[in-house]
Amino acid sequence: MMEHRIIRQGMWRCFLTTLFFTAGVVGLFGQKYYSKVGQVVFTSDASLEKIEGKNTNGLVVLDAATGRLECSVLIKGFQFEKALMQDHFNENYMESHKFPKGVFKGTITNMQDIHLKKDGTYTAVVKGDLTLHGITKPFSPTGKVIVKGGMITATSSFEILVADFKIEIPKVVRDNIAEKVKVTIQADLLVMEQ
Amino acid sequence: MAVVPGQAIAQEEQELLSLLGREETTEYAAASFKTNRVINLHSLESTTAGVLDVKISHRFGYLNGGIYDLFGLDESSVRLGADYGVSDRLTIGVGRSSYEKTYDGFIKYKLLRQSTGLKNMPVTMAILGTAAITTLKWADPNRDNLFSSRVAYTTQLIIGRKFSNGFSLQFSPSWVHRNLVATSAEKNDVIALGFAGRFKLNKRLSFNAEYIYVPPDQLAEQYTNSLSIGFDIETGGHVFQLHFTNSTSMIEKGFITETLGEWGKGEIHFGFNISRVFTVVKPKS
Repeated sequence: MMEHRIIRQGMWRCFLTTLFFTAGVVGLFGQKYYSKVGQVVFTSDASLEKIEGKNTNGLVVLDAATGRLECSVLIKGFQFEKALMQDHFNENYMESHKFPKGVFKGTITNMQDIHLKKDGTYTAVVKGDLTLHGITKPFSPTGKVIVKGGMITATSSFEILVADFKIEIPKVVRDNIAEKVKVTIQADLLVMEQ
Repeated sequence: MAVVPGQAIAQEEQELLSLLGREETTEYAAASFKTNRVINLHSLESTTAGVLDVKISHRFGYLNGGIYDLFGLDESSVRLGADYGVSDRLTIGVGRSSYEKTYDGFIKYKLLRQSTGLKNMPVTMAILGTAAITTLKWADPNRDNLFSSRVAYTTQLIIGRKFSNGFSLQFSPSWVHRNLVATSAEKNDVIALGFAGRFKLNKRLSFNAEYIYVPPDQLAEQYTNSLSIGFDIETGGHVFQLHFTNSTSMIEKGFITETLGEWGKGEIHFGFNISRVFTVVKPKS
């Protein structure tokens, strides 16, 4: 009788330990963060014309355990000041019917220095691949992770050389479209329910 | 957001983005035609909200005028017009043609928009209503002339589809009502069916064609069906449409019911439409 109880208690303890341990691991290390409303703005500042496109439906997923980071944005979702810019952006330059998304897949290499549960501004060193217009290139921007009162905001700003992604700019519009396009990204990350 | 347990196991190799689930959105077909006209016919496109589209259109004389008329370049018929996008579905426009000194106006509304994804719609459908008022001096001022005699209306349904990035096709069943016709042999109400298509040759150049079939016994004998072929050339904010057509008029009542040229006889106009868009009201970001 007594032995039986001990065994049962032991099993119970073992079960609880496993449970807490699993929960702890998931909570501390396995947590994933995401955003479906990440903001992506690109600016082409050429001598004759400034063109700005904005997308507020960027997808971001960050695995805090490994630092893995994936972002995706629908090219058609970019909004412009002029409707014609949007048409040309999709039809002539990005060819969004063939290449509907811009995707980044990579890793925050210094994840150990970023404490998502502690207020502060952290610099994130990112390494990965950027796919645009069907071309994949190694891409290592730096970003910032700002933690404040439980809110996590990730930002990054970088330049892209359009020629790197085989986006052709005809000579006649050289003065209207910059060869280097500035991109800024901002996303408030939410905890992903497991 | 919930993750299926089976998915969670393979997390390490799994795409992180797939954890967000498949986002269902509706994607509307865009740029089925480069502008809201194919050649003479209205295309299924409307003018974007807040955009003013100024159009200058010319039809030169018949090509068979030969070198004496410089293949028609000595003569020209002009329409000046402006279209405005009230909303992404509603376009209004006005114009003035030198042909019969005609003023015209139209209202066009997109009833259906071709889309895939959350909402699936195979075609775009628009309805167009136009009115045209000729202001030529009365042929016989002593007669009891009524203003209503100067007016003609067209109602048109535009049903089309962008089949691929380069190929779009549309049908335009049309009903033209003329308050006054020249002879009793002509009908006041004329039913016609327009066909139009565009084929993209490259990113900035497309080939367009349109034909309007008018079933027999509605018009006087001399009138022919309108046939036009042309090219759309797009530069920054302009679309240049260069074409050959047997119609002189550039408005519905004219090119549907009053086309005189015969392709076989070289009674073909070279012509162009220039479209220049201005953003009047910027979209809210």
